[in-house]
Amino acid sequence: MAEVLVYVDHVDGAVRKPTLELLTLARRIGEPVAVALGAGAADTAAELAEHGATRVLTADAPEFADYLVVPKVDALQAAYEAVQPAAVLVPPPAEGKEIAARLAVRIKSGIITDAVDLEAGEEGPVATQSAFAASYTTKSRITQGTPVITVKPNSAAVEAAPAAGAVEALSVSFSPGATGTKVTARTPRESSGRPELTEAAIVVSAGRGVNGDFAVVEALADSLGAAVGASRAAVDAGWYPHAHQVGQTGKSVSPQLYIASGISGAIQHRAGMQTSKTIVAINKDAEAPIFDLVDYGVVGDLFEVVPQLTEEINTRKG
Amino acid sequence: MALRIVVCVKYVPGATGDRRFADDLTVDRDDVDGLLSELDEYAVEQALQIAEARDDAEVTVLTVGPEDAEDALRKALSMGADKAVHVEDDDLHGSDVMGTSLVLAKAIEKTGYDLVIAGMASTDGAAGVVPALLAERLGVPQVTLLSEVSVGDGVVRGRRDGDAATEQLEASLPAVVSVTDQSGEARYPSFMGIMAAKKKPVESLDLDDLDIEAEEVGLEGAWTKVDEAAERPARTAGTVVTDEGAGGKELAEFLAGQKFV
Repeated sequence: MAEVLVYVDHVDGAVRKPTLELLTLARRIGEPVAVALGAGAADTAAELAEHGATRVLTADAPEFADYLVVPKVDALQAAYEAVQPAAVLVPPPAEGKEIAARLAVRIKSGIITDAVDLEAGEEGPVATQSAFAASYTTKSRITQGTPVITVKPNSAAVEAAPAAGAVEALSVSFSPGATGTKVTARTPRESSGRPELTEAAIVVSAGRGVNGDFAVVEALADSLGAAVGASRAAVDAGWYPHAHQVGQTGKSVSPQLYIASGISGAIQHRAGMQTSKTIVAINKDAEAPIFDLVDYGVVGDLFEVVPQLTEEINTRKG
Repeated sequence: MALRIVVCVKYVPGATGDRRFADDLTVDRDDVDGLLSELDEYAVEQALQIAEARDDAEVTVLTVGPEDAEDALRKALSMGADKAVHVEDDDLHGSDVMGTSLVLAKAIEKTGYDLVIAGMASTDGAAGVVPALLAERLGVPQVTLLSEVSVGDGVVRGRRDGDAATEQLEASLPAVVSVTDQSGEARYPSFMGIMAAKKKPVESLDLDDLDIEAEEVGLEGAWTKVDEAAERPARTAGTVVTDEGAGGKELAEFLAGQKFV
C-alpha cells in the first residue's frame, strides 16, 4: 500500500488534535508516515502510532524555531524525497498552508487548501472544500505531481488505529534561503484553559448584543466545556481578542454545536460558522439573519436566556 | 536608495452578491459585481504608510485579472498608489494558485521591486498561499501574516500573531510581506485622490510580455481540477421560539435531547 506523508503540528511534543484527524483521513488513501520537526519531535511518536502512523520521521535543529517556515519546507521536502509518497497532507494552522504551498512549487505538484473531507478516488485523492462562505461545496483533485493537500480542523473523527510508529531520524540539509526570515522573539499565547477555538466540539460565540460583557457567555462556555468565539463587531469594539474572531477574516469553525448569542449573522460571520453541525442562536431581533441557519433559536434577551441556560445545564450536570 | 513597493491586489466578486461558479466550474466573474478584495485594502494601506514615512518610495499596484479588474487598480490608485500594472490575457481564465503566482512573480520581476506586499488571502478563493508562493518563486524572504509592519535600513520587521505564539520577525530586503486585517484600518479615497487616480498610469501586460506560455496557466494549465461544485442545501428551518421567561430552560432541554448536556 502506498505511503502518505502527514506533517505533524505539535507543541513541544504534544500533538494537536487536527493532526490526529489527518491520520484518520490519511488511512483512507494509504499508510500514514508522520513527519515531526523541532523540539520534542520524537515525543510525538507514541500518540501518532496510536492513531495509525506506521513510521515517524523526526528532525530537530535550532533553525526550526529561529527562522520562519523555510527550514520546515526543507525538512518536509527531504521527507518527500526519502518516502516518495502518494500524497502529502498538512494540518492547520496558517503556517501549514505556507509550508505546503512552498513544497508544492518545489516538487511541481498541485495544491488543494482547506479540505473538509478527503477520500480515495480512481485518479487520486478527492478533496471536498467549502466555497463562497460555505454556500457551495466542491470536489477537486490534483492533476499534476504528488497531491499536496491541507485540511481544516474537525474534518474527520480522531480514531484509534494502532500501528508501529517506528521513529526514524530524518536527515535535513537546509537551503540557502532557510535563514532568510529571523524570528527575533516569540511569546507563547496565554492559555484560557478552554479548548482551542478551531478544535472545540462546542463553540459559544457572542456579538454586538453582549454590549462588552462576555462574562455571561464565558460562564455558558465553561458549563459546556466549550471554546469562546466572538463576532467581528465584538472584536472591533475591543471586547474580546482577535484570536477568538469567527468569520471571513477570523477563524473558520465547524463544531458539533455552535451557540450564537447577540450575533445578527452577517455574511462575514456566517462564512466562519455555517458548516457547524447544530446551530443555536439567541437574539433580541426576530428578523436577525442568524435565525435562517438555526436548528433552535430563542428570540429574547440574552442576559435573561443565557444565565438561565447556564444554570439549568449546571443543575443537570449535578 | 529608492524603495520600490509592489502591492498585489485582486478583483473579486462582492461577498454580498450572489457568488457562484460558471459552467466550467471557475469562479463566475462576469455576472457578479466585483471590487478590490477587502483584505487587499490592508496591503495597500500598509504600503502607503511605509511610503509616506520616507521620501524615496514608489508604490505600484499589480493585478492579474480580466478587463474589469482595472476597477481594483483604480481604487488602489485613488487611495494613493503611484502607478499600476494590469496583467490581462484570455489564456489566464481559470488559473489556479500555481498559475496566478507564476504570473504575479514574473510581473513583479519585470516591474522591479524591493518589497512586495499582499493581503492575507483573497475573499473569493481564500486559499491564503499566494504570498508564500511568491516568496518561493522570487527566492526572497517571506515575512507573512503580519499585524504590524515597518521598514528601515533595508530591513523589514513585523509582528505575526499565530495560533500558539506571537512572533517578531525580521528580514533583509528584498522580501515578500503579507498583512492581516489587524494591521490597521484602510483609508477611504478622498475626492482629490479619486480625481488624481484617473490620470495615473496603468501599464497593461499580457503573457507574451512576461515570457509565459499559454499552457502554463489558465484552466488547462492548472495543476488542480474542480470536478463538482454544488450549492449547499439550505439548512432546514429549525424551531424558533420567543422567550416567555423559560427560554433558557427550554433551550437546555433541546441541548439535552441532542446529547450535548
